[in-house]
Amino acid sequence: MSITYLEAIREAQAKLLRDDERVFIYGQDVGGTFGGAFKATKGLAKEFPGRVLNTPISEDAMVGTAIGAAMHGMRPIVEMQFADFSSTALNQILNNAGTHYWRTDVPIPITVRLPSGGTKGSGPFHSQSMESIYAHYPGLIVMTPATVEDAYTMLIEAVAIDDPVIYCEHKYLYYHLKAEKLPTEGLPTGKARIAREGRDLTIATYSAMLHEALAVAEQLATEGFETEVIDLRSVKPLDTNTVLASVARTGRLLCVGESFPWGSATAEIIARVTAEGFHLLDAAPQRMNAKDTPIPYHPNLWSVHRPNAKEIARKARALLRE
Amino acid sequence: MLQTAQRTAKSKGKKGAPASLGEAAVGKGAPPHDRFLEAFRWMLLARTLEEKLVSLYRGGQITGGVYIGKGQEAVSVACGIFLEKGDIFAPLIRDQAGRSAFGEPLIDVTRTYLGSRLGPMRGRDGNIHRGRPRDNQLAMISHLGAMVSVTVGALMAKRFRGEKGFIGLSCIGEGGMQTGSFHEGMNIAAVEQVPLVVVATNNHYAYSTPNDREFACHDLIDRAIGYGFEGYTVDGTDLANCLDVIGGAVKRARVGRPPQLVVASILRLSGHGEHDDASYVTDEIKREPFARDCLKVTEHTIVDLKLVDTETLAEWRRDAATQVDVAISTAQKEAAPEGDEEDWCAISTRDLVDSLE
Ligand SMILES: Cc1ncc(C[n+]2csc(CCOP(=O)(O)OP(=O)(O)O)c2C)c(N)n1
Ligand SMILES: [Mg+2]
Repeated sequence: MSITYLEAIREAQAKLLRDDERVFIYGQDVGGTFGGAFKATKGLAKEFPGRVLNTPISEDAMVGTAIGAAMHGMRPIVEMQFADFSSTALNQILNNAGTHYWRTDVPIPITVRLPSGGTKGSGPFHSQSMESIYAHYPGLIVMTPATVEDAYTMLIEAVAIDDPVIYCEHKYLYYHLKAEKLPTEGLPTGKARIAREGRDLTIATYSAMLHEALAVAEQLATEGFETEVIDLRSVKPLDTNTVLASVARTGRLLCVGESFPWGSATAEIIARVTAEGFHLLDAAPQRMNAKDTPIPYHPNLWSVHRPNAKEIARKARALLRE
Repeated sequence: MLQTAQRTAKSKGKKGAPASLGEAAVGKGAPPHDRFLEAFRWMLLARTLEEKLVSLYRGGQITGGVYIGKGQEAVSVACGIFLEKGDIFAPLIRDQAGRSAFGEPLIDVTRTYLGSRLGPMRGRDGNIHRGRPRDNQLAMISHLGAMVSVTVGALMAKRFRGEKGFIGLSCIGEGGMQTGSFHEGMNIAAVEQVPLVVVATNNHYAYSTPNDREFACHDLIDRAIGYGFEGYTVDGTDLANCLDVIGGAVKRARVGRPPQLVVASILRLSGHGEHDDASYVTDEIKREPFARDCLKVTEHTIVDLKLVDTETLAEWRRDAATQVDVAISTAQKEAAPEGDEEDWCAISTRDLVDSLE
């Protein structure tokens, strides 16, 4: 048997619906026989009648409704059709869900699933990575699973967490990643994972960029460099300690993320490592993000708009020469 | 009369309810609604409290804004008074009367305005941005229109859990009705067919902006049919009318009719907040019938119909003033929050706090 990242997300939701009667799924086209734009809820409406509900195209009200339901004992999962459209729910997510526990002492256990990141041909409005925006605001947990196993266990954990969770699932990984079977347990959220060990350079990354980084590490190995690759798994909380410990071994840090550069998760990692681990660094830490333009439609443009293995390798080599 | 006395006696059990109307209180006439006198006392309490808050604000004793519901007490009390245990209430900025009638203790108000660490918001949020979600009193965020869908969600949760007979009531101003969030909330309420009442108060201004720059439809109530709501209008200066119409909407929602929209017409009889002198309110509009002060109108009705004698009215006023004084002096004696003792943590899951250390 082999299972994809997307199937893992579906299976996690099936398990959640089976095991916890407080769970319901709320989103555009998730119900009926359709099962979502990406089929992440395929078959679930039939298996769990009345608990996988189509909504109007009302991102603000979808999240507002989930907040009210969560406040009163439910564990809603909101599926955004694309992460990009969560921009019209920002108010409910940031100002309502994100402030509620602080203001009232009542936490809001919602999970908002964001089909994120680029696939070629998707253009400016179906390709965005929004983790950095959500991480900027207080009161939210932001998950960025990069593996089939994490896609599964972290979604289950997201729903169990009493606070709002933004679960960024990468669309490129949906079909490209496969695992033999689903895990029974995973690392807890907030713990980064060393995806590959090395002593010459640390690449700290998350989500789809993990796989670009692993490819780079493979390439650099043939050139005689050992790259340590860290899968952050969640950008909030950010496991700064694991990154610092790695930098203590390698002395060099490259952070890679797919969101826009200004104020991104990569900038935050560098700020922390520089402040806490300046003495560990043998060279100025570097970062790579998507370009500071809207995301292009054409594959020739798209493929160089976001960091890719070739560019990451170039940057890594320069850093190794420092 | 007996019916009035019984209804009132029943409501006495509510937290913070005004003292019993009592046998002596009952005069000769028949009130135009069986909750009329009880509602009047909540209105009186709200007005008394808010006048006091205004004077504290003027005296520099309140940090931040003060937003009052002067002139809106009849609509607001009708929003709170029919709600029962298990119902959801989402009040907004002009709903002191409704909040009190729903069961919010005065001390919650004074603690929040005066910044006591013991209040429901513990100094983390202020003035009208308060609530007790555990007691079904939602804590509004500033962003207007956002609380409608939250109310819908709370009602869906109750339905999921198999509860019966509950309703939700969400308040909005005519200004807030023009947000996208409000539109989405109304639409999703009708799609979900939740037992919701939305009470929209057209007080003819959104801050300084008059109706003609807020919307261009003939009548806001016409939107009800577009949303799939049942719609009713009400004269917000007439307490009996408010109780009838909003009480009727609550009843219909409770028995499973579609969501209900009530649009009330009144004039805001204060500034937007106490920082605002409302100099933009025209003399012409102040002469409109909807510009009457609902509290005065109600008092006249009480006197004209001889519902209670003047001594009883005076006693009710004294009682309201005493309750307010106690709530204020209590909160004033309480400690404020301190930055170095604050628990600076925005999530409840402690081991997932993102620490910068
Ligand atoms: C979305 C949003 N935009 C702007 C504001 C600032 N604001 C607060 S109250 C208000 C006027 C509201 O008018 P209305 O809804 O008619 O209520 P009223 O104050 O008249 O009771 C405005 C503009 C806000 N709170 N929310
Ligand atoms: Mg108004």
